[in-house]
Amino acid sequence: MIGTDIAISVSGIEKSYKNLKVLKKINVTVQKGSIFALLGSNGSGKTTMIKILTTLLKPDKGNAQICGFDVVRQSDQVRGKISLTGQSAAVDEILTGRENLRIIGKLRHLSDANNKTDELLEQFHLIDAADRRVATYSGGMRRKLDLAMSLIGTPSVVFLDEPTTGLDPQGRISMWEIIRDLSHSGVTVFLTTQYLDEADHLADQIAILNEGKIVAEGTAAELKKMIPHGHIELGFRDEKEVELARDLLDEYNASLDEEHQTLTIATDGSLKQMTNILNRLENGGIPVAVFSQKLPTLEDVFLTIIGKNKGKGHDA
Amino acid sequence: MQIITSIKNNLSDTMVMSGRCMRHAFRSMDTLITVIATPIFIMLMFVYVFGGAIDTGSINYINFVVPGIVIMCIATGTGYSSMRLNNDMTKGIIDRFRSMPIAKSSILAAHVLTSVVFNAFSVLVVMLSALLMGFRTQTGIIEWLVVIGILLLFTLALTWISMMFGLLANSVEGAVGYSYLFLILIFLSSAFVPIKSMHGIVRTFAEYQPMTPIIESIRSLLTGVSVGNSALIATLWCSGMLVASYIAAMQIYKHKLG
Repeated sequence: MIGTDIAISVSGIEKSYKNLKVLKKINVTVQKGSIFALLGSNGSGKTTMIKILTTLLKPDKGNAQICGFDVVRQSDQVRGKISLTGQSAAVDEILTGRENLRIIGKLRHLSDANNKTDELLEQFHLIDAADRRVATYSGGMRRKLDLAMSLIGTPSVVFLDEPTTGLDPQGRISMWEIIRDLSHSGVTVFLTTQYLDEADHLADQIAILNEGKIVAEGTAAELKKMIPHGHIELGFRDEKEVELARDLLDEYNASLDEEHQTLTIATDGSLKQMTNILNRLENGGIPVAVFSQKLPTLEDVFLTIIGKNKGKGHDA
Repeated sequence: MQIITSIKNNLSDTMVMSGRCMRHAFRSMDTLITVIATPIFIMLMFVYVFGGAIDTGSINYINFVVPGIVIMCIATGTGYSSMRLNNDMTKGIIDRFRSMPIAKSSILAAHVLTSVVFNAFSVLVVMLSALLMGFRTQTGIIEWLVVIGILLLFTLALTWISMMFGLLANSVEGAVGYSYLFLILIFLSSAFVPIKSMHGIVRTFAEYQPMTPIIESIRSLLTGVSVGNSALIATLWCSGMLVASYIAAMQIYKHKLG
């Protein structure tokens, strides 16, 4: 039975543009109040997914529910629950920040649109620029206003299509903070990103979308565990010792970095293998100067999974 | 009860959207200059430079040229209506509106309403400048009402044509392009010179294209000359353009907004 704590549930969604299959049997479940990241490169189908969930586009097959309402049959109810912040800032340059917010507030039929506007201007540090035309705003300010406009109707589910693309590092970090605060206040966030660190930092749940298919799903930690073989790095005192060590560990395919006198070895993470390697060096009389173990990053996971997927070829 | 709430929300959405649209129109320097200053400038040129060389019979040249200038003002004004709609349809804002629970018709209705209000405003400014330049009429209230009726019908027809192009075009340039066609038609009509002075095929074209009866009927009504059937022909042309473009624009709008 579908619980009431599910904000978004997607099953078997398919979408094609002419002959091009953009989405292939997508299944996704997002818990209420969590942050869900759809991770993928350009053209993987992220925006199409967002468009279907925000009622802008009808799927060819499958169905999707937002807070229990069907995106096709109950689109009006869905629209009452969601808000969308698209890739390009949907703000009116010729109007002031305050006017932009008020218009959306009034279109949401809020009785206190003006108060809510002031609140959001304050919250997003836009109060000083509130009565200036948006044409004079920086890129970061526009993004903030754009997001503020999405929040004025207090939506239950917020869709953010690449919320930090094109922002400077400072703007990015402040956007992350805003998104975290949103989630803490109980709002469900569905975002797309092509940045792995963004998904890693923000998301409770990550799905990797590649060529229209979800190829992996889980928390950042779960995804990282999908590649059990991390790396170990062994540092030695000089070039001679590092070369001797490499010869000793020949069967492990160690890669040599002569400049830093280090060896990098892919391991299966087992203690047995680790002990074997270290024992062999000990017995060979080569002391290890520096030892470090590297866990797989989300980037390793992404590249490995996408690489594997490519190997399978196009079965669509 | 539900119907009343729905109508109330629909009206409220249209009013909010119109407020937004009007701000776009009245705050754009470019729009104000092109739509209002340009016709005034052309009127100045024709009245004080070329007008003296044009024989308009018993009518003062300023009285002769005002209807054409007003029609021109509406043609450029609706070009900007098309541009505004196109801007909304091709930029990210339409996705925001479409993902909100608002009356779908409110976006287009707001653009139409803004177009009519803005054009009425610019026609008024152009008329007032004409008064300063010596434009006078001997017209009764009924004639004025008929003139206003024809101008309103013409504005509506051109507005819906502009909506159609604004919806269809992929870029602002494409959306505005059609309005040049109307400017050419205005120059090839009785707007600035009497048709009698034109040559052969141009004269025939001028006689039968829609701008001539529209301008002629307004001119006759304002100068107290017998209108003949030009008012009827003008009304037929405008109504035809209005109905055809309304049907086409609504179809495209429904298709685009899915």
